[in-house]
Amino acid sequence: MVRVLVGMSTCGLSAGARDTYSELEELMRGDPSHELGFTGCIGMCYREPLVEVREDGRRTLYGEVDPARAREIVDRHLGRGAAVDEYVVYREDPAGRASGPEAPFLAGQDRIVLRNCGIIDPESLDEYVRRGGYEATRTALVSMTPQEVIDEVKASGLRGRGGAGFPTGLKWSFAAQNEADQKYVVCNADEGDPGAFMDRSVLEGDPHAVIEGMLICGRAIGATFGYIYCRAEYPLAIRRLRIAIEAARERGFLGTDIMGSGVDFDLKIKQGAGAFVCGEETALFASIEGQRGMPRIRPPFPAEQGVWGKPTNNNNVETYANVPWIIVNGASEFRAYGTQESPGTKVFALAGKVAKGGLAEVSMGTTIEELVCGIGGGIKGEREFKAVQMGGPSGGCIPARLKDTPVDFEHIPQTGAIMGSGGMVVLDDTTCMVDMARFFLDFTQKESCGKCTFCRIGTRRMLETLERITSGEGDPGDIEYLQQTAGQIKQASLCGLGQTAPNPVLTTLEYYREEYEAHIEAQRCPAASCTALVSFFIDAEKCTGCALCAGACPVGAISGEKKAPHVIDVETCVNCGRCITSCNFDAVRKA
Amino acid sequence: MSRDTQETDFTYRLWRYDGEPGELIPLLQSAQEHFGYVPRRAISSISEATGTPESTIYGVITFYSQFRLQPMGTYRIRLCAGTACHVAGAPTLLDTLRDELGVEEGGTSADGLFTLLTVACLGCCSLAPAMMVNDDTYGSLTPAGARKIVRRIRREENRKAEKRESLV
Repeated sequence: MVRVLVGMSTCGLSAGARDTYSELEELMRGDPSHELGFTGCIGMCYREPLVEVREDGRRTLYGEVDPARAREIVDRHLGRGAAVDEYVVYREDPAGRASGPEAPFLAGQDRIVLRNCGIIDPESLDEYVRRGGYEATRTALVSMTPQEVIDEVKASGLRGRGGAGFPTGLKWSFAAQNEADQKYVVCNADEGDPGAFMDRSVLEGDPHAVIEGMLICGRAIGATFGYIYCRAEYPLAIRRLRIAIEAARERGFLGTDIMGSGVDFDLKIKQGAGAFVCGEETALFASIEGQRGMPRIRPPFPAEQGVWGKPTNNNNVETYANVPWIIVNGASEFRAYGTQESPGTKVFALAGKVAKGGLAEVSMGTTIEELVCGIGGGIKGEREFKAVQMGGPSGGCIPARLKDTPVDFEHIPQTGAIMGSGGMVVLDDTTCMVDMARFFLDFTQKESCGKCTFCRIGTRRMLETLERITSGEGDPGDIEYLQQTAGQIKQASLCGLGQTAPNPVLTTLEYYREEYEAHIEAQRCPAASCTALVSFFIDAEKCTGCALCAGACPVGAISGEKKAPHVIDVETCVNCGRCITSCNFDAVRKA
Repeated sequence: MSRDTQETDFTYRLWRYDGEPGELIPLLQSAQEHFGYVPRRAISSISEATGTPESTIYGVITFYSQFRLQPMGTYRIRLCAGTACHVAGAPTLLDTLRDELGVEEGGTSADGLFTLLTVACLGCCSLAPAMMVNDDTYGSLTPAGARKIVRRIRREENRKAEKRESLV
């Protein structure tokens, strides 16, 4: 049986995978020797839509498969048994040996969390079970005591993958110790960091891995109910989770007396409603309870009083996805990856100006260079690697000269940034670092819940200052003001949002002070990015003389003959940017 | 009633509500899904069913950016304002769409067709800059490309409207 599998998670769908799938459905109709199906995200997002042909353990992965390419693949590969080499991006022989142009991308990875993503049909419980799924559950529920489960997780050294890196086994032991009539397991699937999509891919590609992890946690701490709090911006993830939970219930993997062990456990999905602060665990609990997502003071910690005031264990999607693998393979196998202090692997979402944007799961301790320049293929186009932004709005920008820094819980914080949940946005020399700081403050300012004065008003003041600086109205003393306010906000904020909101400003000031100074003292943007501080010009080679830009210009600064390259009069130009938005040929530029 | 409809039909959800705690946000989400926004009478119905004061419900609605108190356009454009999209030119796209639709962020076009929203992150960072129009995602956008999408939808809607008129 030859199987044809189309990558149908959000990346694939937005690249056009549905049309590809429909085309294949049409072409393969009525042929019993070929079966059409779909999988989740294999992480090679830069080559979507991806289609895999799987026969006798041999995998051939095709990239950028539009309906036209799909026709060729059916005709030549399925019809005549000859692979269409021009479109092949990756191959794997039955022994697991990889080849093909994108072999370095996948071969450089160690896939524990992503073990099933892109390989199984995420809506099929049978396929999950065939790859060893729910074996860990059987072991944990039937052959291990709760304490033994906790000890195994402790021994593995698994640390929370949501950003804080707290030892998971230890966290579980806290909730286990507290007595109560009801305890809860919570999965933080809010993934609020802009630029992060690791959790989305796991939920869309292998939802049972998360369910199993939560189930095993429930067994370990004595909780019989769990919540998965998933952001509303991930409708496909929610849909796949629903299907998975239904299937697990039907099979008896969720519910009462699971596998005859006497253990009860069930799950409910709660959808987020568009509040970044609800990624903070106490705000998340408030949201589950139907309230405004305002963080609460800790202590008491969730292990003592969490959802509904009951002992709760809260972990990230990726943390739970590791657990079944650890139970099946053992703590020492897990420790074979990563470093002494940061065992295991981490999934990173490579995005921004990197050539190969997608998911890379690597051993902790892999350097930034190996990730960005190796697996990620370096910078897009002819530009220079400037920095990498890690940790989302709580993190910072690490300059390219520090690219040999190992990525783990020990070394990244030494640069002033944090590893965060795994989002890595790569920046090149056209990115303005002051604008990056402004961008993040704009975000945290909007998302602040408003409870703490310094977070609520301080972030607004920092944002106002940065907006003035990026529009050429910076004042001497602005830098000192930013530093002082940053310190105050960090000290006087109740939750992680406020405590880390100033980080992007502090790290960019640390490494790119000269950019701030250029903006303030010379009204110049070294990266030629800030609209108010650049000159606009038209690239004569790209301009077709259509005059759309001239029509859009509010001050008549653009002139030229019909069908001939046009010119912008820099003196008259007011830097509104309308010309750029109206050009169909990418001919208007900033300098 | 199909399973999916059960989830989204507001009156059904309200009828099924049995006093389970923590249902306020799911009920509001159901109303939003059903009506396209949260109408006044939905707030009253939820208040009556759950025993939560309307002022508390209003507080929850205004906290979460997902909820709208005004009807939205037929097509909800959600432009991604995440880090990767920002770095790939999302601000220019926002200017383009504001110009094309004649609205500010959060506003609905005069013909009632489009509402322009920005979202923190759609999670499709490799396809930056990206936007969603209702449930469809579009990636690797350029200003010209974004305008084309909007104009194509407008043309289709105009054609549908003309057809309806001709049948009258």
